Amino acid sequence: MLSFDDVVARYEPVIGLETHVELGTQTKMFCGCPTVFGAEPNTQVCPVCLGLPGSLPVTNKAAIEATVRIGLALNCSIASWCRFARKNYFYPDMPKNFQISQYDEPLCSDGYLDVEVDGELFRIGIERVHLEEDTGKSLHVGGATGRIHGATESLVDFNRAGIPLVEIVTKPVPGIGARAPEVAKAYVAELRDVIRTLGVSDVKMEQGSMRCDVNTSLNKLGETWGTRTETKNVNSLRSVERSVRSEMIRQGNILENGGHIIQETRHFHEDTGESTSGRSKETATDYRYFPEPDLVPLAPDATWVKELKAALPELPRVHRARLTAEWGLSALDMQSILNAGAVELIEQTVAQGASPEAARKWWLGELSRHANERGIELGDSGVTPSQVAQLQKLVDEGKLTDKLARQVLEGVLAGEGDPAEVMAARGIEVVSDTGALTVAVDEAIAANPDIAEKIRGGNQAAAGVLIGAVMKTTRGQADAKTVRELVLSRLSN
Amino acid sequence: MTELRTAVEMSDALRERTVSSAELLQTSFDTIDKTDPQVKAFVSYADRDLLLAQARQVDEQRAAGKELPRFAGVPIAIKDNIAVKGQPLTCGSRILENYVAPYTSTAAQRALDGGLLIVGKTNMDEFGFGSSTENSAFQPTRNPHALDRIPGGSSGGSAAAVATGMVPWALGTDTGGSVRQPAAMCGVVGFRPTYGRISRYGLVAFASSLDVIGPLAGTVEDAACLTEMIMGRDPRDSTSLPDRADLHSAPKKMRLGIPDEYMSEACQPEIQEAVQRAAQYARDLGWTVDRVSLPLTEYALYIYYVVASVEAASNLARYDGVKYGYRAAGAPNWDEMIDRSRTYGFGAEAKRRIMLGTFAASAGYQDKFYLNATKVRRKLSDEFAAAFRDFDVLLSPISPTTAWKIGEKIEDPMTMYLQDIYSVPAALAGIPALVIPSGTDNAGLPIGLQLSGPRGGDANVIAAGRALEKVLTPA
Repeated sequence: MLSFDDVVARYEPVIGLETHVELGTQTKMFCGCPTVFGAEPNTQVCPVCLGLPGSLPVTNKAAIEATVRIGLALNCSIASWCRFARKNYFYPDMPKNFQISQYDEPLCSDGYLDVEVDGELFRIGIERVHLEEDTGKSLHVGGATGRIHGATESLVDFNRAGIPLVEIVTKPVPGIGARAPEVAKAYVAELRDVIRTLGVSDVKMEQGSMRCDVNTSLNKLGETWGTRTETKNVNSLRSVERSVRSEMIRQGNILENGGHIIQETRHFHEDTGESTSGRSKETATDYRYFPEPDLVPLAPDATWVKELKAALPELPRVHRARLTAEWGLSALDMQSILNAGAVELIEQTVAQGASPEAARKWWLGELSRHANERGIELGDSGVTPSQVAQLQKLVDEGKLTDKLARQVLEGVLAGEGDPAEVMAARGIEVVSDTGALTVAVDEAIAANPDIAEKIRGGNQAAAGVLIGAVMKTTRGQADAKTVRELVLSRLSN
Repeated sequence: MTELRTAVEMSDALRERTVSSAELLQTSFDTIDKTDPQVKAFVSYADRDLLLAQARQVDEQRAAGKELPRFAGVPIAIKDNIAVKGQPLTCGSRILENYVAPYTSTAAQRALDGGLLIVGKTNMDEFGFGSSTENSAFQPTRNPHALDRIPGGSSGGSAAAVATGMVPWALGTDTGGSVRQPAAMCGVVGFRPTYGRISRYGLVAFASSLDVIGPLAGTVEDAACLTEMIMGRDPRDSTSLPDRADLHSAPKKMRLGIPDEYMSEACQPEIQEAVQRAAQYARDLGWTVDRVSLPLTEYALYIYYVVASVEAASNLARYDGVKYGYRAAGAPNWDEMIDRSRTYGFGAEAKRRIMLGTFAASAGYQDKFYLNATKVRRKLSDEFAAAFRDFDVLLSPISPTTAWKIGEKIEDPMTMYLQDIYSVPAALAGIPALVIPSGTDNAGLPIGLQLSGPRGGDANVIAAGRALEKVLTPA
């Protein structure tokens, strides 16, 4: 069995990514139905998105604008004329049994996105960005697993049918060797940040508003590209990396044993980190694409496109470069912030008054640890940048020690409210009353005469024991520095 | 009460209050009761009590001096592939046998807004697939002029309903000739406006790039008035045209062209004579008449059967039994359910078109069939456009024969398809084409002639039809 390192020593990977992004438009792609997530099944539907006989689609201009802006942010050319196409296949959650998509005339094409991995720059070519409609959702009931196998009935919810979906397809990415899994992840993360910056989608992978298919192939060094597989259902940044890694290992072992890679669709399983075979090319559907005759062609006006380009916001890479300079960070520091998904969080925390160093310390330290332990995104931990800034302010004002601040943060994470509320509720405060502390110190000295003797003899390091004892009696609420000063002053002759 | 035949006559009488809408409606019902059991033009009738109540309301409003639309209170029939909320929408197919439209098409809504009373839905070839109305899943409609003959199709029900006077006018749809050919077979006027002139919203799609709603009527004037009532931009149909056509423009002297390719020996001699007769009348009116050649005409039928079938196969994919329409019971899984539902639900001709369209667009054959067809289609449009630089209107036959006997061609699809040879070119080019009656053949069967104009040139076509109608079909 070859390990990942063995595989990359013998084979060169080529990857490609297809990412679907649900646009956050008010209404659907071809009708006026709302797009709110999580509504009662089949309440956000009309004759058009249900594909009722006689209904016709009408293009949503906001979706075209959002797609053009994505294309521009990805350095694409915008087509001056293009058409929608019908992708024909039967599926129960497809209202018309064809999907309105784009085929050989995408709205945006031939761009790139620069991504960084550990300070190294990778330019990922963008083949195309096109617009299509989402399908409905099937629900299988009566079976044990909720899957179609064993189910007695299938129900379909068409609320999602017709929500605008942007597909972003990269060009094949060769020459990245062992970096392939990280580059794939970095690309999806960067793409997500770009789209979030544009404000056209909430790009939540866990809610399915951003979904990823990963193409992977291996070839012997210097030889032509191998047969690729397409791994579907890759629904988190972590899974992007894991799926590329596991597919490279799987293919490497097949090739090493003299086998051949079958061109097929594979399904990634989040729980095991492995993929299973889906349909192979032999049974692949013939989509019989042809131009959608119910829609007039799109012809984005050149002036309009120019205006959209001029109005693009500062994109994440440029933005990060500016922050790196402003915050006085090294490129490596920024990389670790980026890897943790903390750029925006730190930025907002700084905007609420915290220093960049303090904000970074909280988000990359305590809060990253918390998120990792629970396997959640940093931004989903339940603590807001404002709360982190409040916490740091209390520390700066001397109302909390670092240690106490961590206890307060626990309370905030537990949903007990803002830092001040947690302090009040838990009775946490710095004990700065030296009278009360002196009593505690004297008790500690009396209880540890031998230690006291050592300190009197000049061994200041032994003070730790007494400080510990005082901290214990004050339930950690004393300022360690003050306690230390008191201990030393009581024991100095 | 003198017999009122046209919608204009009815409207005039209503406004002069020499007749009431309720009386008009009752006459319509009586004619239907007397005639339709033999002709079978309708597949469903609207509730008569409800209609009479609406008619009485119109009468009361008019009596009270309320300003009403010109044609308020006049009956109409609508082909059963145009949605009217609450009415059946079968498209002549078993797969939609029990389907009731949950919304109203733009065309029907505009007719309703114009105060028309929809008396029922008319028979058709399943989804428009046919030229004889024999492909209706429910019944063949009969030609009112000879009950053993076909009324043409696919709007055979609408044409027969108008020809018998059950209604003064009706809406049909024309994908490759389905308004014009039955108009000719039944001896009435049929108009296919420029593609996009009338919104397709609520017209159940056969071939989206070809489908057009059009009127069938007793006179060109009626056809023009009905077109004006329902045409115009519709935000629900992005292919609808932004401008309106002036269908009451002043008459003028026309340059008339007769395409050689339409006057071949395939065409019944009496029909060719009718064309020549019309040409002579045109000269008498002081118009110029010349021959013109449209060499791509010979490819039109092939292009049509590829393009229309590719679009039809895709448009008909939605009928799968999941959401509405016929669903086969007892299937063990979804694949089987859809198989059984479609096997039972679609008739032979629908299946033939689905197979043809699926094949012509499939990988490996798409370039050869579908893509080539769309290329030649564009050239055909260009050829028409070039001809219309020299001519205002083209005059031609619409069908190579008059109405044939029921059952005569139904077993031979190729012969049936060949009947569309003169009607499909205008459809492919999206140009307006009008059919007016022009006498009968030796067997006494109606002959219709086709007048076509450039894209957007609906006004000229109507004006030419109005002028020639006077001499070709004397009252």
